[in-house]
Amino acid sequence: MPRALVRARSLLGTVPFFAYVAIFLIIPTLVVVIGAFAGDEGGASLSNVRALKESFILAAFGRSILLSAVTAVIGAIFGALLAYALATARPGGMLRRAVTAAAGVLAQFGGVTLAFAFIATIGLSGFVTVFLRDQVGVDIYSGGVWLFETPGLILVYTYFQIPLMVIVFLPALDGIRPQWREAAESLGGTTWVYWTRVAGPLLAPAFLGSTLLLFANAFSAYATAAALVSQGNPIIPLQIRGALTSEVVLGQQNLGKAMALGMVVVVAVVMTLYALLQRRTARWLG
Amino acid sequence: MAGLIARRARKQAAFRWIVLVVLGVFFVLPLIAMVEFTTRGDQQTWSLLVDWPQLSETYPDLAEGIVASLLQASFTALMMLVLLVPTAIWVRLRLPGLRRLVEFICLLPLTIPAIVLVVGLAPVYAWVNYFLGGSSLTLVFAYTVLVLPYAYRAIDAGLSAIDVQTLAEAARSLGAGWGTVMLRVVLPNIRSAVLSAAFLTVALVLGEFTIASLLNRTNVQVAINFLGKSSATMSVAVSLAALLLAFFLLLLLSLLGDRRRASR
Repeated sequence: MPRALVRARSLLGTVPFFAYVAIFLIIPTLVVVIGAFAGDEGGASLSNVRALKESFILAAFGRSILLSAVTAVIGAIFGALLAYALATARPGGMLRRAVTAAAGVLAQFGGVTLAFAFIATIGLSGFVTVFLRDQVGVDIYSGGVWLFETPGLILVYTYFQIPLMVIVFLPALDGIRPQWREAAESLGGTTWVYWTRVAGPLLAPAFLGSTLLLFANAFSAYATAAALVSQGNPIIPLQIRGALTSEVVLGQQNLGKAMALGMVVVVAVVMTLYALLQRRTARWLG
Repeated sequence: MAGLIARRARKQAAFRWIVLVVLGVFFVLPLIAMVEFTTRGDQQTWSLLVDWPQLSETYPDLAEGIVASLLQASFTALMMLVLLVPTAIWVRLRLPGLRRLVEFICLLPLTIPAIVLVVGLAPVYAWVNYFLGGSSLTLVFAYTVLVLPYAYRAIDAGLSAIDVQTLAEAARSLGAGWGTVMLRVVLPNIRSAVLSAAFLTVALVLGEFTIASLLNRTNVQVAINFLGKSSATMSVAVSLAALLLAFFLLLLLSLLGDRRRASR
């Protein structure tokens, strides 16, 4: 059989996979990208992308970025501490196993269930709210109900950001070898020197990379906010929900696609930086 | 030196417990609150939750959502396996040049938020509606894309751990066809990788909300959210049950992974 024919037959085996991803992944992506630059009457147009400069959309992007940045930094710091506590525990132990499994659930499974967890905790008749009001005499909502606004989102997002940090940062901590510490000590280095001169610089790329991943994670999250916030659309995923579900405003049919494209651009930039940092991490801690 | 190491071990243990206790309170408090919230007064929330006929009578939407989610999870796992496992093996054996492309495509959904995917999927699902109707089971198509990155990484790790090329050549030289190579030679060797891909798929699908809710289909998360507006107690109870179920799935997965390593 000629070589070309053999190769063509080999390629045939991958047709189902490529056909499937073409329909359910590539076409949707193209719909967003092309739709963002299409006018309402068809034809190319920049009006949707220009409309992103409107104040309510810019404000939503700003709030989304702020929410993601704040929860990424908080999540990274506390998650790293928790990961370090786990890294010093016995590797096959039940403590580490259970915490890792719990982290996996909270980081990836959360969504709507986490919103209801916090409604049960600090909702208007939640466990903590009632306890503080009746037993301590403190009304956490004296300044207004903040659970369903940006401060509430920060609190609930932290609840899934810390576990995600544990999952992505633990492998880097496991890559630290005890011999490095012994080497630093045998040369007279103190614990402080070890952390600032050896472990710190080694872990820095992994820490920064993980923080970026947390940012992308919070920026893309939709379910928790959708379940928690029913009035107004403070962040960009909720603005897209508004564009998808509400009556189409004349002249703005493709605005949702432009906002979606904006999200993809932000996430793509962040993930590219993440991949670069990841490569640097792998040099020592892979 | 020995004294120094013992002192450090003690310090680390103290640090470990402080961190675990402080963060433990933050993470366990909402779970305790959920238990308290659902057992307030003399409500029959939990006994209702385990009594299926009664539950489906009282909350038909919730029962429908639970059934829909279980079906979606099993069919997505099946679809993912049928689509991904043969392709991954085939690309490794016959088309190594395509490996980077397949990997890139499989990891692509990580950079496309689900909410963005929904925007693009809406027109595609207009056609799905036209050909297959609006059943909640049609979400399996979108979910298979959603779980691609996680499933691919699990299966790829499994394939990297064995010598696929040699196994396949040995089987072929003994007269096996490609079907036999895949089903009876390679597949049994990556059993645990396939199992962990399936577990992750089930956990992810049971937690999915974005696509289901915006494409106007139901699953357990959509039902929880909908029910929250009328009966918050039941919503919280189902949320807690779902979180615990996912936790045990992942704990089982970690124990399974360990047994695999031990038996090697």
